[in-house]
Amino acid sequence: MNRVPDENGRFGRFGGRFVPETLMNALLELEEAYHHYANDPAFKEEVRYLLQKYSGRPTSLYYAERLTRHLGGAKIYLKREDLNHTGAHKINNTIGQAVLAKRMGKTKVIAETGAGQHGVASATVAALLGLECKVFMGEEDMKRQQLNVFRMRLLGAEVVPVLSGTRTLKDACNETLRYWVSHVDDTYYILGSATGPHPYPMIVRDFQRIIGDEAREQILAEAGRLPDFVVAAVGGGSNAIGIFYPFIGDESVRLIGVEAAGKGVDTQEHAATMTKGRPGVFQGSLSYVLQDEFGQVLPAHSISAGLDYPGIGPEHAYLKDSGRAEYVPATDAEALEALQLLSRTEGIIPALESAHAIAHTMKLAPTLGADRIIVVNLSGRGDKDVESIMGYLGGNGHESH
Amino acid sequence: MNRIDAAFARLKEKGGTALIPFLTVGDPDLRTTIEIIKTLEKAGADIVELGVPYSDPLADGPVIQRASERALKHRITLAHCMQAAADARSAGVELPFILFSYYNPVLQFGLDRFFEEVKAKDISGLIIPDLPIEEDGEVRSRAEAAGVHLIPLVAPTSNERIARIAGNARGFVYCVSSLGVTGVRSDFHRDIDQFLASVKQAANVPIAIGFGISTREQVERFSAWCDGVVIGSALVRQIEEAIPQLTSEAEREQGLARIGEFIRELKG
Repeated sequence: MNRVPDENGRFGRFGGRFVPETLMNALLELEEAYHHYANDPAFKEEVRYLLQKYSGRPTSLYYAERLTRHLGGAKIYLKREDLNHTGAHKINNTIGQAVLAKRMGKTKVIAETGAGQHGVASATVAALLGLECKVFMGEEDMKRQQLNVFRMRLLGAEVVPVLSGTRTLKDACNETLRYWVSHVDDTYYILGSATGPHPYPMIVRDFQRIIGDEAREQILAEAGRLPDFVVAAVGGGSNAIGIFYPFIGDESVRLIGVEAAGKGVDTQEHAATMTKGRPGVFQGSLSYVLQDEFGQVLPAHSISAGLDYPGIGPEHAYLKDSGRAEYVPATDAEALEALQLLSRTEGIIPALESAHAIAHTMKLAPTLGADRIIVVNLSGRGDKDVESIMGYLGGNGHESH
Repeated sequence: MNRIDAAFARLKEKGGTALIPFLTVGDPDLRTTIEIIKTLEKAGADIVELGVPYSDPLADGPVIQRASERALKHRITLAHCMQAAADARSAGVELPFILFSYYNPVLQFGLDRFFEEVKAKDISGLIIPDLPIEEDGEVRSRAEAAGVHLIPLVAPTSNERIARIAGNARGFVYCVSSLGVTGVRSDFHRDIDQFLASVKQAANVPIAIGFGISTREQVERFSAWCDGVVIGSALVRQIEEAIPQLTSEAEREQGLARIGEFIRELKG
């Protein structure tokens, strides 16, 4: 496959920079700074140091023996991104971007958040590097994730309620971009997923690829060969692109993205962008989008806030159309079942997002022989979801977003 | 001749500045939109921008966001907006129409069909705010083939892009007055005059200013540099405030009169 993105930020026909002219200068400035620092040894060393000493990388690749035995098929390895500082892969990207912000001379950072994980990871690195931090969060999400709101405030960030549109992640993204337009002079936007206008999908992928780089090296050391499957949950797609990317050239490795089917892909309540969406322009790039026939973006639904998003990163659209990666749905119910299974067999409570990857693994592993290997990206831990899981399993409809 | 070019040519002879109001089509309903367009023409508007409501209007502030939400509640589509132009024309309106739409509704409509409709409905210009020059190649060439002006936005931060944007512009160049989203404001970008001068120098078509213009004083201030002034959120707010009147059979005329008065005052 060709090297992507090209100079226009295109992954094949996807990606690009569909933003108002008022943002173009900021994006060009960011692209230039990123190209400069991505090759700067001192910058790379600072990021490496923080990932290692502050976040605790490398995360382990763990052979889930009891889960493997329970499912009775392929060997399952878990890439333990849940062991990162703040409990998910999000910190890989926020460390990279915050160090970049500082090198660019910005004193303030802003971020969007849905459930609050990227917001917490941004607030964390802002505290670490002495940057002022504002996190935009939908008013609905703030109500549902009060603990994360408090966490961000404890870390010294200001949480700005978003009252527009659906008052969830999609509109938090819009509002962050709108704020950025008027404050580009001193403010850096730490975008949390592999989405948005160029150069963000590239930057986020590059900071997240450490997941796949490590996993590839670890499985070769442990099993002496490449895996047959790499499975990851996809919302915007940052953890998935992070683990997929280093395996793209390994043609024998099948890459499977698991998207949130919510209450089912045949209902109105899902976030299955690849299964039910079609190409469109949304939040700065051309990719698959959940939309009506007139091009209005539809609200998404998932039990998992991190996957509850009507778009997906453009590189995933490219991988889908080129056939290099496959995208499959898993429902809320399947994710909940997977979460409980992993908790009981391995003593690991996964994030609801990551539980979708486990849910597909439950379908896949039993169909394969014991000589096959599946690497699953366990992108985050479930502590943040415990309260809402209690609501679901207790039978009352307390929703997580 | 494209109606936009004709409008600017006429104003140039008279030494006037084009007043270019923006409204969101279908806010509060389609029938009222046509009445408002007629009112704008009578009150002295020179060109009118027809805003297509969108679920994710990135460049817009709260006032136009709310108008979009109201219109979307009635399921107003791009097709309705183009039909509104045709209906206003049939009702006798002679103003040039500019369709203002985010890119996705246009893309989903299909570019071939879109340009056929734009021509058929006598729409003279297009503004697609999330289509910067890097992405506008296909739309631009189709627009030229159709004789429709794709009007570009240029911002105070456009810097060395100004020459590229303004130099290739058709219709007019839409200068963004300040960094941020649409909406009424009292402060403009600190280097606004210098910015406008550099656009003027690079452009071989008229230039207009928009984003945050709401008073006669501001219109006068910018008339020195600009051939046109866009009134967006300020008008949309007037419409919003007049909704109780506009949607009542008994008070509709009063509501329209109020909007006409607002435009007349700006026109001076």
